[in-house]
Amino acid sequence: MASLNLLVAVALVYVAILFAVAFTADRLAATGHGGWLRSPLVYTLSLSIYCTAWTFYGAVGYAARSGLEYVTIYLGPTLVMIGWWWGLRKLVRVGRSQRVTSIADLLSSRYGKSNALAACVTILAVIGVTPYIALQLQSITLSFSIFAAVEPGQNGLDNPGTSAFVVAVGLAVFAILFGTRNLDANERHHGVVTAIALEAVVKLIALLAVGIFVVWGLSGGVQATMARINASDLGTWDMDPGRWAAITFLSAAVFVCLPRMFQVMIVENDEESHLRTAAWAFPLYLMLMSLFVVPIAVVGLDLLPAGSNPDLFVLSLPLQEGRDSLAVLAFLGGFSSATSMVIVAAMALSTMMSNHIVMPIWLWFQRGPGATVSGDVRYVVLLARRIAIAATMALGYFYYRLSGGGTALASIGLIAFTGIAQMLPALVGGLFWRGATRLGALSGLTVGTVLWLYTMMLPGLDSADWIISNRMISDGPFGIGWLRPNALFGISGLDPIVHAVFWSLSVNFLVFFVVSLVTFPGPMERVQGAQFVNVFDHTPEPRGWSGSVAQSEDLMIMSQRILGARDARALFDAAAAEQGIADRLPEPTPDFLQVLERKLSGSVGAATAHAMLGQIVGGAAVSVEDLMAVASESAQILEYSNRLEAQSTELARTAAQLRVANEKLTQISLQKDAFLSQVSHELRTPMTSIRAFSEILRDTGGLSEEEKTRYSGIIHNEALRLTRLLDDLLDLSVLESGQISLNLSDGSLRSVLDHAVSTAMAGSDRPLDIRRDRGAEAVAIRSDLDRLAQVFINLITNAQKYCDAQHPVLRIAVSHADETLQVDFRDNGTGIPPHSQDMVFEKFARVSVEKAGGAGLGLAICREILERLGGSIEYVAGYDGAVFRVTLPAARALAAQ
Amino acid sequence: MTRRRSPVFLERQNYRRRRWMEAARLMPLLGAVLFALPLMWPRPDDPDVVAGAVATVPTSSAMAYIFGVWAVLVGAAILFGWLSRGWADTDGAG
Amino acid sequence: MDRKVLLIEDEPNIIEAIRFLLARDGWSVETHSNGVDAVEAVRDHAPDLVILDLMLPGRSGMEILRDLRADSATSRLPVLMLTARGQSRDRDMAEKAGVSRFMTKPFSNVEVMTAVRDLVAQASRQ
Repeated sequence: MASLNLLVAVALVYVAILFAVAFTADRLAATGHGGWLRSPLVYTLSLSIYCTAWTFYGAVGYAARSGLEYVTIYLGPTLVMIGWWWGLRKLVRVGRSQRVTSIADLLSSRYGKSNALAACVTILAVIGVTPYIALQLQSITLSFSIFAAVEPGQNGLDNPGTSAFVVAVGLAVFAILFGTRNLDANERHHGVVTAIALEAVVKLIALLAVGIFVVWGLSGGVQATMARINASDLGTWDMDPGRWAAITFLSAAVFVCLPRMFQVMIVENDEESHLRTAAWAFPLYLMLMSLFVVPIAVVGLDLLPAGSNPDLFVLSLPLQEGRDSLAVLAFLGGFSSATSMVIVAAMALSTMMSNHIVMPIWLWFQRGPGATVSGDVRYVVLLARRIAIAATMALGYFYYRLSGGGTALASIGLIAFTGIAQMLPALVGGLFWRGATRLGALSGLTVGTVLWLYTMMLPGLDSADWIISNRMISDGPFGIGWLRPNALFGISGLDPIVHAVFWSLSVNFLVFFVVSLVTFPGPMERVQGAQFVNVFDHTPEPRGWSGSVAQSEDLMIMSQRILGARDARALFDAAAAEQGIADRLPEPTPDFLQVLERKLSGSVGAATAHAMLGQIVGGAAVSVEDLMAVASESAQILEYSNRLEAQSTELARTAAQLRVANEKLTQISLQKDAFLSQVSHELRTPMTSIRAFSEILRDTGGLSEEEKTRYSGIIHNEALRLTRLLDDLLDLSVLESGQISLNLSDGSLRSVLDHAVSTAMAGSDRPLDIRRDRGAEAVAIRSDLDRLAQVFINLITNAQKYCDAQHPVLRIAVSHADETLQVDFRDNGTGIPPHSQDMVFEKFARVSVEKAGGAGLGLAICREILERLGGSIEYVAGYDGAVFRVTLPAARALAAQ
Repeated sequence: MTRRRSPVFLERQNYRRRRWMEAARLMPLLGAVLFALPLMWPRPDDPDVVAGAVATVPTSSAMAYIFGVWAVLVGAAILFGWLSRGWADTDGAG
Repeated sequence: MDRKVLLIEDEPNIIEAIRFLLARDGWSVETHSNGVDAVEAVRDHAPDLVILDLMLPGRSGMEILRDLRADSATSRLPVLMLTARGQSRDRDMAEKAGVSRFMTKPFSNVEVMTAVRDLVAQASRQ
């Protein structure tokens, strides 16, 4: 007989080995030597935490009670794994790309980083998983008690409370040591994963060993065993189809929803391709684990005394047959099943609790007027996570103590399963349906959970009699028959499990669907929804943050507190390098904020990371462009068409530019034509007169002297006009081509005006009264005085020619405005009609026809000259007569140049 | 001739790949149907069985069937995993 | 015989030259220097011939010609058009508009006189 002390010693040695393995694996991974730790095999084996003590011990008990029905628990996961291409692949991709830390984090992230949803899921998970942990503690205690029963009264470990407590504390220590080493929950816990992979091997070997012993050692081969099975009470196929289907579905659902499964399958996943191996290897593992269950059950029922607990046949059969070492192996298998499950479940739950309950509360308390994060967040998060592990374990322990440990293991398992499965609609809807909304998920989850508690937990508690009375179960609350927990809406006769699964999940799904349909998702939800549903489309990541109000320094401080100084530094340096900034903090661009948020969410969860960044950045903002990208069913097509559109806009712009250039060229060409034709006209007109009169003089006999003189005079005048025209044309072309050389000199405005007036009046027969203010004209100027005089002469001559007053008067007024000097030439005629005012400075623009004499180039030349001299000329409208204003730069300014 | 062959061959490989993908997607459905089949087997309290018209199924046969289907599914998953190694993950987002 | 010419031209010296030439040849010469009311002037004076400058203040000779041709009273009136712009395009346009003769300045006196006589002779033969 194995002594209990030996058993305890073996267990302790085993635990020590586990510690050593976990420690070594962590070491190897940290030093980069643990390539095999990331093999698909380790991944597959880590999935085996699905097989808890409930499988190891409970499956046999289940089979002893209900025959083959126990396989449904494994058929569901088998189907999910085989169909990995459908769902798991997407889940893993999403989990990796969003750096998800738990199922609560995933759901919260999908539904707009809603912490309310994450908190709800966390609470549901705690409610659902706590009994499960209690179950594991109970199984370990029971297994001890089997040995203790053989050899009683040794060292107190037969006291169920004591052993359960010791085990709980030990597991908590292990989980804290290896599960909270690093803050980034999204990083791989190689130690834990390797340890549970080892435990997976141990439990498989143990169960197979017991099975082989039973079939070949006790029953005498396969044939004999089969005969024995057929001859037993379980010998005939008699399954309830409803339960069969319901439990298969349920196990498939919880396989992805269970926090611990999510942890090993998604969070600890190293490579997506590992799924490819796990897709066949894990179903194979499950098949092997279930293979010997019925034989063990049947043989146990045959050989063990009536009333033996079938849940412990795996252990009691070898003991009964005196195979102590096999019994110890079986014990280790059961111990492995229980411990690996508890460790991972505690880790997963603690991450959820710290990220979605503790951190938000802590943040809320931190939200002072300063609005930035203070205190050492790293410490807070780690502490929260460690306390959460201890709390989880304590909850499990107290649940175990309170429930008395009497209920059959399998029934607790199924109740927990149904609770966890309530996450399924939100999870599947979130992955495959863009229309799923936060409110939909929240309401579905709530309604499903309430129905689960009502239809499953309440009837389970009826014997306790301290919450509700039996009357309520049998007659319904307040005597309302159709609300009976066991027969909702009057549908009775269903198996309780089928009833609860059917009602809770179908109503959950319906509410989720309907509420999602009628509510409208927020921007963040739509962004995240698109990222989740279209995770394979490699769409460019929509930005969650916009604007750069954030202070890089604040971000750095916060990141240091969460990631640690070294990691934060590295992250910021990398970002700065990417932005092309050296030795400075990176700009808080939307891209950088996105990366930072992902990184932080790996430590504290999406919702918390989002909230923390939000504290600094000042609120989440999704840009309109993002929404556009999301709203489009295919962002890529949109982007492509955008690019095309951009190209065509570009083309259109170029075409427009070309058109403008072309128009300009055409206009220039037209102007040139018009100019030439004008020049031609101006040249031909005097030539016509000259030719006509010279022919008259030549051909006409008998002209009077008077006529001869007159006609010669006309010829002379027209010849002068031609000369003037050619002079003007040359002058203008020199001015316009900019080849004019200015001859700057100092002088006074008065002397320039004197010169201009005398030149203009010389040889003119038309009277013009010029009135000047000689005092004001005493201004020193520095300019090309000859050119300036030319302008003044032109203006005076114009007044002579065009002023239509009876007594033409020209006033020349000088005034100073700060940096400039203004000389106004104002006559008392009718002025220039408004429609001609803007074109008087154009070439060949003659306002009045009858008084032709000039070529119409005078004012154009004036404008050109003044432009060269740094001044300007304009026609001032609104006076009685014509007013030309010449503006010159003041002498000092000009001199300073 | 030889120049024309290569693309035809690739096309065919691509075609095969798609058919395999569809088969792989069908596997869980097929498995679910196969695992549900036993639900139609006669049970001890079925009228036909009580009348003696039909015999019930012994548990050993049921085990053989269920574990047989299980093994076939595992085999099929191995086959698909082997065939699909190196496939791009981008196609067939599900 | 009192043959009347209406000269529509804005350049005083050219007016004087043409008036001198035509008067010596026995024409009575009316002048008009404005494009705007040139058509009315033609109607008022009812000349045997119109000498029309292309570039007139207010209205182009081309438009005046079109108006004259559109009016049944003046549609057959001989019109001698003068231009200083010397572009062949102007000649084409004038011919399309129904000008009787088109001359580019500067012209020889003989040319003008010949053209005037020809045009009037043609008109009276018809």
